[in-house]
Amino acid sequence: MNNDLHISRATRLSTWSMVALAVIVIIMAAAPSWAGRAELRLFGEFFLYLSLATLWNFLAGYAGLVSVGQHAYVGLGGYAFFALTMLGGMHPYAAMPVVVVAGMLASSVVALLVFRLRGAYFAIGTWVVAEVFRLSFAQVSSLGGGSGKSLSLDIVRSLADGRAAREAASYWLALAVMVLVLAVVFVYLRSRQGVALTAIRDNELAAKSLGINIWRSKFIVYVLSGGLTTLIGALIFLQKLRISPDAAFSVNDWTAFVIFIVVIGGIGTLEGPIVGTLVYFLLRETLADLGTIYLIALGVVAILIMLKAPSGVWGLIRGRAGRELFPLSRRVCGLPDKGA
Amino acid sequence: MDWINAIVQGTLLGGLYALFAAGLSLIFGVMRLVNIAHGDLIVLAAYVCLTVAVMLGLHPLVALGLVMPIMAALGYVLQRVILNRTMGGDILPPLLVTFGLSVILQNSLLMAYSADPQKLQAGALETMSIEIGPLAVGTLPLIVFATAVLVIAALQWMFYHTALGRAFRATSDRQDIAQLMGLNRSHVFGLAMALALAVTAIAGVFLGIKTSFDPSIGGSRLIFGFEAVIIGGLGNLWGTLAGGVILGISQTIGAKFHPGFQILAGHLVFLAIIAVRPRGLFPRVD
Repeated sequence: MNNDLHISRATRLSTWSMVALAVIVIIMAAAPSWAGRAELRLFGEFFLYLSLATLWNFLAGYAGLVSVGQHAYVGLGGYAFFALTMLGGMHPYAAMPVVVVAGMLASSVVALLVFRLRGAYFAIGTWVVAEVFRLSFAQVSSLGGGSGKSLSLDIVRSLADGRAAREAASYWLALAVMVLVLAVVFVYLRSRQGVALTAIRDNELAAKSLGINIWRSKFIVYVLSGGLTTLIGALIFLQKLRISPDAAFSVNDWTAFVIFIVVIGGIGTLEGPIVGTLVYFLLRETLADLGTIYLIALGVVAILIMLKAPSGVWGLIRGRAGRELFPLSRRVCGLPDKGA
Repeated sequence: MDWINAIVQGTLLGGLYALFAAGLSLIFGVMRLVNIAHGDLIVLAAYVCLTVAVMLGLHPLVALGLVMPIMAALGYVLQRVILNRTMGGDILPPLLVTFGLSVILQNSLLMAYSADPQKLQAGALETMSIEIGPLAVGTLPLIVFATAVLVIAALQWMFYHTALGRAFRATSDRQDIAQLMGLNRSHVFGLAMALALAVTAIAGVFLGIKTSFDPSIGGSRLIFGFEAVIIGGLGNLWGTLAGGVILGISQTIGAKFHPGFQILAGHLVFLAIIAVRPRGLFPRVD
């Protein structure tokens, strides 16, 4: 009889899935040697959408900040990257950290304004801020004004020698950002701050009376998401090689679809956005030939999931046992099995 | 004189924004529903009017007589079948479902009517103007503004002098108590959405006469509408009209500085107002 009671976050399932995740990342890191150009592009896009979804989930699912204006940061990232490299003459790799800092600064200023708003007002306020960003960048003629601008050839060339190497570099950047985003959110949720966040989500008043600074907790999440979303924006437009205000600040591409992904997968879990991104790309790749039908199908699926299974596909899989692939929740271990 | 002209034109433009916002204000006030698809419903109304006007050979303003009941019926069904299931304390379900509706509407319109810009042909009305002192004021903007005032006045009267209005106010205050008093919440919400979409039909038809439209323009109309509602304050219909006018004037004055500054100026004034008064200028309810 072993009465060694202890608290653990890991379960056998989570340990194995972390090992599997590491193996998948290693296999995907080698993708430039085994996948074709089209697949590489698709995988890269997958990683970036997964990152966007994880960050929106971090905001809405964990911090209760239902923003519909995250496209502000995607567009800002794209434009900041184009401006730093083409107007500022920076090397693309050196521009990346600067882009993150720009995103964090911008989101801290925006937070001061939109955090005064609650619920629906907050949602609309974030969207208006994104519109302000779009209309402002459309006024900057050195960045192409309303019609946009292409990334100049020598900047693309400075990434790596040869087309294959450049495509691999852009792919690895996307993979690296996905790993970074998952790691940041995972570590944050396991930290003291993460526990505070869960407390706020469950009961804001109770959390406040325990001495949690709610404004600060939400502010940190908003600024972290803002900075990382900006970095993703830079990579998206490094992949696209061309930027315009309408593409950069598209509410459908960078906010609506991301919200669908999170809700279809399961909001408030780390696994949800991963499952949701898989569903999104499955739908897109199978129905893309039918044109806009896949967007209609996506809307229908999102509505059906919200009405019939609000905890999403992962919510159905995880079941009552609360299966987790990421070791997040604490469990008591060493209790005698009920069946034994 | 230029400035007075800008203010007059902005006020009239505000009438159109108030029409965008009136339906939104109604459903937001009665059931706290954030309808992201509202802008696309305005565009849908314009397309319905286009279809009716072309098929029956009617003037758009005559066709409006058919578009309003069509949109109202759609609103009632939409609310009863889909949106009522999302009502509750959490804002995420209605937000997501209406986001889904927005994407479905945009892409269905794209498939049915293509991305080519369309316009409702209203004949001489489009270019007529009236001389008021030194100013030339368009007849159409005047009609739009007068309609907005009438619609708001009618909604206000309905809210405070009819049994339906009492039901709306009661449900808005306390849903569960209203239910105990024998009101069918689902039905009341259905009627509110029907009324809101009837107003949306008016907004859509005037939008289609005033400018060309395509399936993608719903989003910015939604934002103008929401800005007018929030500036005016939740639950205050006259406030919504004031919000629309403030937004319209900000835009025309912004455009006087630089044409590219028009829409931006409206958004900046909105952000400035909520920075100082997060609940709008004249809020009635929490």
